[in-house]
Amino acid sequence: MTELLFFFEVVLAGMLAGTMYSLVALGFVLIYKASSTFNFAQGAMVFFAVLSFVGFMELGLPFAAAFIVTILLMGLVGYATERLVLEPLMNQNEDTLLMATIGLAFVLQGLAQAVWGVEVRRLDLGIGDFPITWIADNLGLFVSALDVTAGVVAAVLIILLALLFKYTKVGLGLRAVADDPGAAASIGIPLKSIMLMVWTAAGIVALVAGMMWGARAGVQFALVDLALKALPVLIIGGFSSIPGAIVGGLIIGVVEKTLEVYVGPYFGGGIEGWAPYVLAIFFLLYRPEGLFGEKIIRRV
Amino acid sequence: MNQTPAFLTYSRNDIIKFAVLMVVAFAVIPSMIKADYWYSSILIPWLCLALAAIGQQFVMGYAGQLALGAAGFMAAGAFACFNIELRMPWMPFPGALILSGLIAAAFGVLFGLPSLRVRGIYLMVATLASQFFIVWMIDKFGWFKNYDTSGIITAQDIEIFGRTFTSPLEMYLVVAVVVTIMTILAINMTRGSVGRNWMAVRDMDIAAESMGISLLRTKLQAFALSAFYCGVAGALFAFTYLKSLEPVAFDIKLSLQILFMVILGGLGTINGAFIGAAFILLFPVVLNSIGNAWFHGMIDATMISAIEQVVFGALIIIFLIYEPLGMAKLWENLKQRLSRKTPERPARAQQQKAVG
Repeated sequence: MTELLFFFEVVLAGMLAGTMYSLVALGFVLIYKASSTFNFAQGAMVFFAVLSFVGFMELGLPFAAAFIVTILLMGLVGYATERLVLEPLMNQNEDTLLMATIGLAFVLQGLAQAVWGVEVRRLDLGIGDFPITWIADNLGLFVSALDVTAGVVAAVLIILLALLFKYTKVGLGLRAVADDPGAAASIGIPLKSIMLMVWTAAGIVALVAGMMWGARAGVQFALVDLALKALPVLIIGGFSSIPGAIVGGLIIGVVEKTLEVYVGPYFGGGIEGWAPYVLAIFFLLYRPEGLFGEKIIRRV
Repeated sequence: MNQTPAFLTYSRNDIIKFAVLMVVAFAVIPSMIKADYWYSSILIPWLCLALAAIGQQFVMGYAGQLALGAAGFMAAGAFACFNIELRMPWMPFPGALILSGLIAAAFGVLFGLPSLRVRGIYLMVATLASQFFIVWMIDKFGWFKNYDTSGIITAQDIEIFGRTFTSPLEMYLVVAVVVTIMTILAINMTRGSVGRNWMAVRDMDIAAESMGISLLRTKLQAFALSAFYCGVAGALFAFTYLKSLEPVAFDIKLSLQILFMVILGGLGTINGAFIGAAFILLFPVVLNSIGNAWFHGMIDATMISAIEQVVFGALIIIFLIYEPLGMAKLWENLKQRLSRKTPERPARAQQQKAVG
């Protein structure tokens, strides 16, 4: 009985940790949907956003103000990226754009470190990273309050984004741009402001993801490497699907946690580091478009 | 069938250039440079990383497959070499190098398999798996490190037919010979049918396939040779530059650096690998000395590494926008301009006179 309970605990912890990957993957999907660009820099954006947020707080801004200023800053980053990187590279192939976003990732993480320094910062959101006593007492499960918060925040963000995509005029324009940017522009959809919105939204998602991670592990450079795990998440879920990002994140979270707990001890641990990527390879071999992605069709 | 030996098909210009390079590498540098610093901190790592960058060129610049796991294959090569030297002490160093390259190549084929199904970022993620998996494997299985618990293992001495190479100059010569041989082979491969097939696959794989080029063969060949070069480079890197073996030295940062060397140096060129490696290696050194000389140590190391990241990232973007063929192309342009200048000048002067 306790073993079964422990298993549930592991799976639940994995799912909740997975939502953090989902959050990073979500920002990635937003940009991919709107501009067909694989934004390698999403992980660096997470680091940049949360480090700036903590930095603004250290400068004496209250929580809400720091949050808003950081969002504005991320909008600015998005605008600069659009103008300075993506526009000059318009109509280039996907690999070139991907390499450009690798460059962008380095610029962002370097800038963040140059401005705010490299020391690890604590981020206190007022939510403890310890088991919720009520659940522990009544169900015998140990679930971290921070994990639960991350899960709830992710759910809210996803619902908001889904509503935005589905029911607002901006969302309609966004889908049109995603479908065919040329046609969308020719019927008068303001491409540039749509893109700016998308990058800002991705920036907000990055900030939230960074805050969740920062509260757990401290705001530090290792966030960039952690965020890399959003890539296998995307491969499993599909690059253009918001539900895919969520499900992919959950799968990765559960698989890496259960492997680490049940298989890890035989190898001295550390399986978490590569398991998501190997899982992604298996998905690539059997279902390259991911669970929810569109089928990849290529022509000469 | 025209069976002229390959070396006779080189132009005179090629041969002269080659001779000059050889004289510089094996006579001028050893006789002019006396400071160990130059060998052990600049020339040796430069040549090792350039060799790895050639490997990255094969798979990325020539075969057009976006791979990001060079450091993983370097780690495989380095530890393979360590274990061969450890368990087969009679094996001369060149033999160990070749074997380590082959072992790395086996990993290359294994992790190159996804390239048959996917490309772009999908492939990048698959190759990241090799990066993380290989380094983890070496770290966690004691056998690879000979059950050494300190985490840092000293590399054995390089011994070739009874003679040991220990001083920085001797090590430089070993590296230079290996790099020379492998560079000549690389140039031959990329100019020959192997390279042509790679480029056909890069430019349009479906078209290449319909012309009878086997994608399976060509892509796996690229991955195998790339990993072979990276493996040898990794072994040299560990034995002559680091002089120790630690898995952490081959983390994703190194993979990204090698990727940058190739993009900045110029995709699809062998000299690009050398130019890119020199730039990525020297820029931090230059930045550091500028920081020390102009600001007297007021800028700390973390700041310098941050600036370095911004500059590398920005340069990647700038090169992709303005000169996708990288520094190698800039160098070509400069050479062309210099060689054209003399005959052109009178003509232009006359034109200007006529206009004025």
